Amino acid sequence: MIRTHNLTCGYAGRAVLRDVSLHLAPGEFAALLGPNGSGKTTLLLALAGLLPAMSGGVEIGGRALARLPVRERARLVSCVPQGATPPPGYTVRELVRMGRFASSGFWGGYGPEDEAAAQTALADARCLDLAERQAAELSGGEFQRVLLARALCQGRGALLLDEATSALDLARRVEAFDLLAAQNRQGSTVFTAVHDLNLAALYCPRLIFLKAGRIVLDGPTAAIFTEANLKDIYETDIRVAPHPVTGAPQAHLVPGAGPFAGPAAPLRG
Amino acid sequence: MAAEARAGNAGGSAPERERRRAVCSAVPALAALAFAVLASVVLACGVGSFPATPGETLRALLQAAGFAAGAPVDPGLAVVIVDIRLARVVLAGITGASLAIAGAAFQGVLRNPLADAFTLGVSGGAAFGASLAILSGLAGAAALSGDDRALPACALAGALAALALVLGLSRAGGGPLSSLRRETLVLAGIVVSTFLSALISLLKSLDEESVSSIVFWIMGSFQGRGFEHAQLAWPYMLLGAGLVLWRARELDVLSLGETQARMLGLDAGRSRLWLLLGASLLSGAAVAVSGVIGFVGLVVPHLVRLVLGAGHRRLLPASALLGALLLIWSDVLARSVLPGGAELPVGVVTALVGGPFFCLILARKGLSTGKSGGGRA
Repeated sequence: MIRTHNLTCGYAGRAVLRDVSLHLAPGEFAALLGPNGSGKTTLLLALAGLLPAMSGGVEIGGRALARLPVRERARLVSCVPQGATPPPGYTVRELVRMGRFASSGFWGGYGPEDEAAAQTALADARCLDLAERQAAELSGGEFQRVLLARALCQGRGALLLDEATSALDLARRVEAFDLLAAQNRQGSTVFTAVHDLNLAALYCPRLIFLKAGRIVLDGPTAAIFTEANLKDIYETDIRVAPHPVTGAPQAHLVPGAGPFAGPAAPLRG
Repeated sequence: MAAEARAGNAGGSAPERERRRAVCSAVPALAALAFAVLASVVLACGVGSFPATPGETLRALLQAAGFAAGAPVDPGLAVVIVDIRLARVVLAGITGASLAIAGAAFQGVLRNPLADAFTLGVSGGAAFGASLAILSGLAGAAALSGDDRALPACALAGALAALALVLGLSRAGGGPLSSLRRETLVLAGIVVSTFLSALISLLKSLDEESVSSIVFWIMGSFQGRGFEHAQLAWPYMLLGAGLVLWRARELDVLSLGETQARMLGLDAGRSRLWLLLGASLLSGAAVAVSGVIGFVGLVVPHLVRLVLGAGHRRLLPASALLGALLLIWSDVLARSVLPGGAELPVGVVTALVGGPFFCLILARKGLSTGKSGGGRA
């Protein structure tokens, strides 16, 4: 579905990602992890076709992304951006319907098909109760759900999400990942950048770790989510224990392991 | 469970309700505005030093259009109503509509609530282009009487040059077009229009003969304008309005910012270019025939947004109608408020309304649209 070979890209001549080769098969559910500034957002922007490659390239469904028309690409890959702010003056339904921009006719407006897609997306993302409200008046968490709804409205073949659940509370976060998992079971390829290691390990069968612009680890969650690997990547003491319900590996921080731990920090016995 | 039931209930009727609601709020508002514009044309044709009742005016207009409607109107009055006032009212109407559409487009593309042909210096550029054409003899001495084709083209060239200058100036600090700070953009607009108005003054001092007429024209006025001016401008206005209205949905998507617009499948750069070109065509054509009339493009879209929301498929046509309405009545005021048949430039009237309104928007931080919105992180 999505493939990169030796992709190098960045901003204003400065490479942020170096030599990234990656293949996401159709129907995969993978998480993109890594410390701050490791290039997660940059990689997602490159996969979405928003950032041209300095060298190497991206393929979507076997076709070179650089030669794919913008509208066509938008029909293949849906995105949830990070740090978006709602535009004033639009209702949630209008905002979600904009997801159909690339699919609707160039001449006409949004038709009944587009309305139906927006309605289904709103229902799936549990935003129906927000539909007629002004997008600019939503809370951060509500707006993130609306962005998820817009991505579903845009298309369900491949979903790229950048920290799409960071502003959600615990219950909504589980709800959002349940939704992504359900979409994945119905055939969507889902690739999501997450800060929350445990959420990724709980839901995603495959994890990809970036560090300083390179892929340092890529593999099945059970095999690579180990104390040694995590300590190495995040440069802090991390313990891994199985999840009490599913048995998925879960990371636990250890207080006082950081470089700022002074004498007042609790010491480990 | 309760929440689920509620969501389920809302699911059944929500799309119909939404569609009905959108239609209900937009169509009657547009119809009411269209009716108000038509009524205003008739009423405004009756105001002046030879006043006519609305009935007489309507009869004169219908008879001029070839309908046998009631008792014949005094031929002298009919000439005043049809040849003088109607021409002027129509010109005011299409100019107001053009400026309002251009304002809405500038605000949408630049994601800046303070953008308008006037505040961006685009009108100033058009005026400079037109003045240059007149005074260099390119457009000939007949230009101000309206039978010169080169005038709108020169105004358009001036408008585009000023726009490029303003955007270049405010981008000097770097960053993409969509992340321009609104204050920077307006500052650049003020710098450019001040500079251009100085240049226009310079041009005027080089040619004393046409000074008085040009002064009045630069101030923005419909005095002495007729059908020939409307004829000169409407093809450009139609083309500009078509360019912008056709891309109404793109304006919606652009309001999300560059990143999201491209994610949703819009070639943001090309779309902005066409929209800016359309808005410049509208402003350039308006300036070429009526001079610099400020703030119509600023005030009108804001008022419409308050009632109909920001969706451009409703905003643009409603702005066009309200803009026409505003300028028709501003012109009536401009030609009737002074005693003894003297006229105010209509630009003075719109500036008296628009200046305080501009301050109001500047003070309301809540209207900010162009701050971040999906920039790269």
